Amino acid sequence: MSGGVPPHVRLANEIAAQFAHRPPADAATAIANHMKAVWDPRMKQALIAHVASGATDLDPAAALAAQQLQAPA
Amino acid sequence: MSLLKEPDFGTPARAGAATIELTVDGVPVKVPPGTSVMRAAKEAGVDVPKLCATDNLEAFGSCRLCVVEIDGVKGTPASCTTPCRDGMVVRTQNERLGKLRRGVMELYISDHPLDCLTCSANGDCELQDMAGVTGLREVRYGSGVEAGANHMDLPTDSSNPYFDFEASKCIACSRCVRACDEVQGTLALTIEGRGFDSKVAAGAGVSFFESDCVSCGACVQACPTATLQEKSVVELGMPTRTVLTTCAYCGVGCSFKAELRGDELVRMVPYKNGGANEGHSCVKGRFAFGYASHPDRVLEPMVRNTISEPWRKVSWEEAISFTAGRLREIQAAHGQGSIGAITSSRTTNEEVYAVQKMVRAVFGNNNVDTCARVCHSPTGYGLKQTFGESAGTQDFRSVDESDVILVIGSNPTDAHPVFASRMKQRIRQGAQLIVIDPRRIDLVRSPHIEAAYHLELSPGTNVAIINALAHVVVTEGLVDREFVASRCEDFEAWETFIAQPEHSPEAVAEIAGVPAEKIREAARLYATGGNAAIYYGLGVTEHSQGSTMVMGMANLAMATGNIGRPGVGVNPMRGQNNVQGSCDMGSFPHELPGYRHVSNEDVRDIYEKLWGTPILDEPGLRIPNMFDAAIEGSFKALFVQGEDIAQSDPNTQHVFAALGALELLVVQDLFVNETAKFAHVLLPGTSFLEKDGTFTNAERRINRVRPIMAPRTGKQEWEIICEIAQAMGYPMHYDSAAQIMDEIAMTTPTFMGVSFGKLDELGSIQWPCNLEHPSGTPIMHEDEFTRGKGRFMETVYVPTSERSTRKFPLILTTGRILSQYNVGAQTRRTANVAWHAEDVLEIHPHDAEVRGITHGDMVALSSRVGRTELRATISDRMPVGVCYTTFHHPVSGANVVTTENSDWATNCPEYKVTAVQVDLIPEPVADESTREPVVAGGNR
Repeated sequence: MSGGVPPHVRLANEIAAQFAHRPPADAATAIANHMKAVWDPRMKQALIAHVASGATDLDPAAALAAQQLQAPA
Repeated sequence: MSLLKEPDFGTPARAGAATIELTVDGVPVKVPPGTSVMRAAKEAGVDVPKLCATDNLEAFGSCRLCVVEIDGVKGTPASCTTPCRDGMVVRTQNERLGKLRRGVMELYISDHPLDCLTCSANGDCELQDMAGVTGLREVRYGSGVEAGANHMDLPTDSSNPYFDFEASKCIACSRCVRACDEVQGTLALTIEGRGFDSKVAAGAGVSFFESDCVSCGACVQACPTATLQEKSVVELGMPTRTVLTTCAYCGVGCSFKAELRGDELVRMVPYKNGGANEGHSCVKGRFAFGYASHPDRVLEPMVRNTISEPWRKVSWEEAISFTAGRLREIQAAHGQGSIGAITSSRTTNEEVYAVQKMVRAVFGNNNVDTCARVCHSPTGYGLKQTFGESAGTQDFRSVDESDVILVIGSNPTDAHPVFASRMKQRIRQGAQLIVIDPRRIDLVRSPHIEAAYHLELSPGTNVAIINALAHVVVTEGLVDREFVASRCEDFEAWETFIAQPEHSPEAVAEIAGVPAEKIREAARLYATGGNAAIYYGLGVTEHSQGSTMVMGMANLAMATGNIGRPGVGVNPMRGQNNVQGSCDMGSFPHELPGYRHVSNEDVRDIYEKLWGTPILDEPGLRIPNMFDAAIEGSFKALFVQGEDIAQSDPNTQHVFAALGALELLVVQDLFVNETAKFAHVLLPGTSFLEKDGTFTNAERRINRVRPIMAPRTGKQEWEIICEIAQAMGYPMHYDSAAQIMDEIAMTTPTFMGVSFGKLDELGSIQWPCNLEHPSGTPIMHEDEFTRGKGRFMETVYVPTSERSTRKFPLILTTGRILSQYNVGAQTRRTANVAWHAEDVLEIHPHDAEVRGITHGDMVALSSRVGRTELRATISDRMPVGVCYTTFHHPVSGANVVTTENSDWATNCPEYKVTAVQVDLIPEPVADESTREPVVAGGNR
C-alpha cells in the first residue's frame, strides 16, 4: 500500500491516466480491456468492491471500467 | 575435428561472390574480391606460415613469415597483405621461401626465451609451431645474452586478475594492439617506442590493471605466444578438451568453448563461429566463471519450519516431500490461487518451461511470472501491440548495415559489451550515432567514437522526446508514405495526434531539458540518414511509461520505414542471458508459451489435451501483485527459481514485508542469497556449467547450453521441478532436456522446427523457426508484420508522479557496470570485485559542492521509502540534479530507496526515477561490518 492507497486503486488510477485524453466511455473500455488482459481475478474483484464501497479516490474512468469488469465477458 | 584449435584463415573473409580464380601450389581456388592470398591458400588447403596474421584482424604485414612467390610479381610479397587477382599463380613452398622464413624465425628466436618445455603455452604457441613448420634447426646469432641486446629481462605485468603480460616473450607482432583496436574498440594498448625499443604498452607508464583495458580477453586470444596468457592456464596447464556452450551473463548470449583439463575448467574461449559474438567476449563471460566452484555454493537441499530457525540439511527426498506437502496444505487452507512461482532469466528455456507447466498444470493457476517483469516486460507489451511479436526485430549482424544508430536508455559498453564492440566498429566505419540518455555514457565520446547528438534528457521524459522526434518526422514531410501505406494501419489518427503542437520540440524542450533544435536535427538524421536502427535498454522500459515508450519507438521506426530489412529495426538489449527465452516460455501470468493469451481457448486446448488438466482462462498474479497479495493475505506460498528478488526488486521494505508474510518460500539458487533469508526451503541450483538446455538471446537466437560436468547437486533443475510435481500428485516426467524442447516445439508455433538435434546441426536458430523458415528468422517483419499490418499507437506523455521536491530534490537513476552483473551474486564471487568492490553514487560536482561532498565521502542516500549509505564519486556524466548508482552489492542495497511506482501496462518498476536527497555523512566513516541499508520505518 502506498500512502494508504490500496495497490489495485493506485494501479487503476495509473492506467486511467494513460487514457485521460480519450472520451470517458472509450477510456473506460480501454482500461477495462487492459485489466481483463493482465489482472488477476482477485485484483478485479477488489477494484469492483472498492467502487461498490463508495470510495472516491478512484479516477472516474477507472470507476467506469470497474463496472465493465462486472459485466459478463 | 576438435574445436580446441579452430582453423585460422589468416585474414578476414570478404563478402560477395567468389569470382576471383587463382591457383595456389597448383590447387585452383575461387574467392570473393578483396580476399588475401593467405586466405585463398588456406581455402585451397594450403597453410602459409604466419605470425602477425589471424583471421579476426586485418592484415598487418609485419612478420614477413608469410612471403610467397607469385608469377609476374617481383620479389616475395607477404601473402596476408596481397589481394588475390584473377589468374594468379601462387607458390607458397620452395627452397627460396623456406630460407627466407628460417631467416625470419632465427631473428625472432634470438630474442626469445628458450624455455618451451616449461612455458605455459607449450603446445599452444604459434612461434613454437612456426619454428617447426619452417624447419628451424639453428640460430646463428645465438640466443639470450650471447645474441647481444635483447628483451628477455623485461618484467612481467601480473596486475590483471585474470591474465599475465610476460613482456620477455613478446615478439611485437601487434596482434594484441590490433585486437584491442579492431575487435574490442577500446584502444587501450599501443606499441611504445621505436625500432628495437618497440614494446607493447597498456597506456602511458601504467600497468594493465591501471590502464583503460577492459579485460575483454581479445588480446590474450590474439597473442601467438605466452606473452598474454590466462593465469588459469599458467596454474593448471593447457586444456585438453573442449565443450561448446553459451555464456550465462548478459543478453548477448556469447558462444564459448569451455576448455577443460580432465574435468577441470581451465578457461572459457569465445567461439569464432558463435552467431552472437563471432569470437569476441567480455570480462564476465571470458573470465568470471569462478563462482560456479565458489565455496559459497549450496550443494545440498535445506529446510526449516520458520525463518528464525537455522537451516537443516536434508535429503532430496525430504526436501521435495516437504515442499510438495506444504504447497498442497497451503492450497487446501487458502485456495488454489494462494501459491505461485517466479521463473528466472538465468535458467534455461527447458527449466523455465518446466516451472510454468508446474504452476499451470499442478498448482492449477496462472500465478507464474518471470524476472523480466522488472526489466523488459514493457518490451513484450509494446512490440506485441505495434508489430505483433514480443521480440526485437534484428540479428546483431544487422548493425553492420546501419547508417544511423539511435541508442536510447542503454549503456552497451557496460551492459552488452560484446555487441557494443560491434556497434563501435560500425560507427568507426562512418555510421552516425544518436544517444538519448540523461547520463553521458561512454559511447557518447570514446576513442574514435563521437555521437552526432546526445539528447541529455531529464529522467522520466522519454515519451515526450520520442513524440517530439516523431512530430518532426510528420510535420517536416519525412514520413515514408509508401511503407506506411502498404505495411501499416491506424496511421492517420496517429499522424493527427503526433502533429499536435504539444509534441513539438519547442514544447518538449522545457519538459525534457533538451534544446528544440537539437531534437529537430536528431530527428532529421534518423529519418533521412539511411538505414536507421534503434537499440534500447532498461532506460526505456523501467519507467512509469515504459510500454508507451516502446510503442513510441515502434511508431517512429514504422513512420520512417525503418523496419523489415538489415540495418534497421527496434532492438531491445536484454539484460540477462535468457530474458527473451524466459518470456517466450510462457512464464507471464497472462500468456502461455509463444505469447498466447490464456483466454485463447484454442491455445488452452493444446495444453489441456497434452497435460491432461484444465488451464485457467484468466491471468494470474504478476510479481508486484504477488507481493501485494502476500501482504494483503491471499497469497501464501512462492517458489522462486534463480532470482534474488529481495535485492533486485524495488522498494525493499515492501518486498521484505511480502516475503516475511509468506507461509512458505522456496528458493532454488546457487547461493544463500538475500531472498533465501526469508525462505523455508533452499533447493540447490545448477550453474551454467552443469546445465543441459538452451538460452535465447536478445536477437531471438536459441543457443545450446551444454554441461561440462554432471550437476554438482545431483539433479538438473527441471528434474527437481518434475519431482515436486510428482510429489504433488501430477505425473510430470521427462527423460532429458531435449525432450522438454520437443514438447515446446510441438506446442509453440514459433519453435515448431527447433530441436537439440537441429541446434547441434546449425549451431543456433533464431525463432520463428517453422515450415516457412526452417533455419530460423534473423530479420523479422520483412514482408509483413507478425500481426499483419504494423499498428500505430497514440503515445500520450503522462509525467511520472515521482518528482523532485524540497525534501528530495535530486533524481536518482540506476544502472549497471561492466565488471558486475545484476545483483552481483555471480560476479561478486569472482576476481571482478577488483574493479568494482562496492556500489558508489555518481553525483554532479555542483550537487556535491552545495552539500559539502567531496570525492570518496560516505553519503546518505534517502528517498520517501528508505535510506542507505554509500560512497560518492564526483562526476559530470550526470546533469545537475541527477545522480546515479548501481545495484550490484547488497551492502548498499540501492533498491532500499526505489519506490513502488511502475509501468502502467506491465508493472515493470520505475527504477530509473526516484526522488532522493543526498547528505554527507561526517567522518568517521561507518564501520563496514555494521553498514546496512535502512528502510523507512526501520529494518524488519
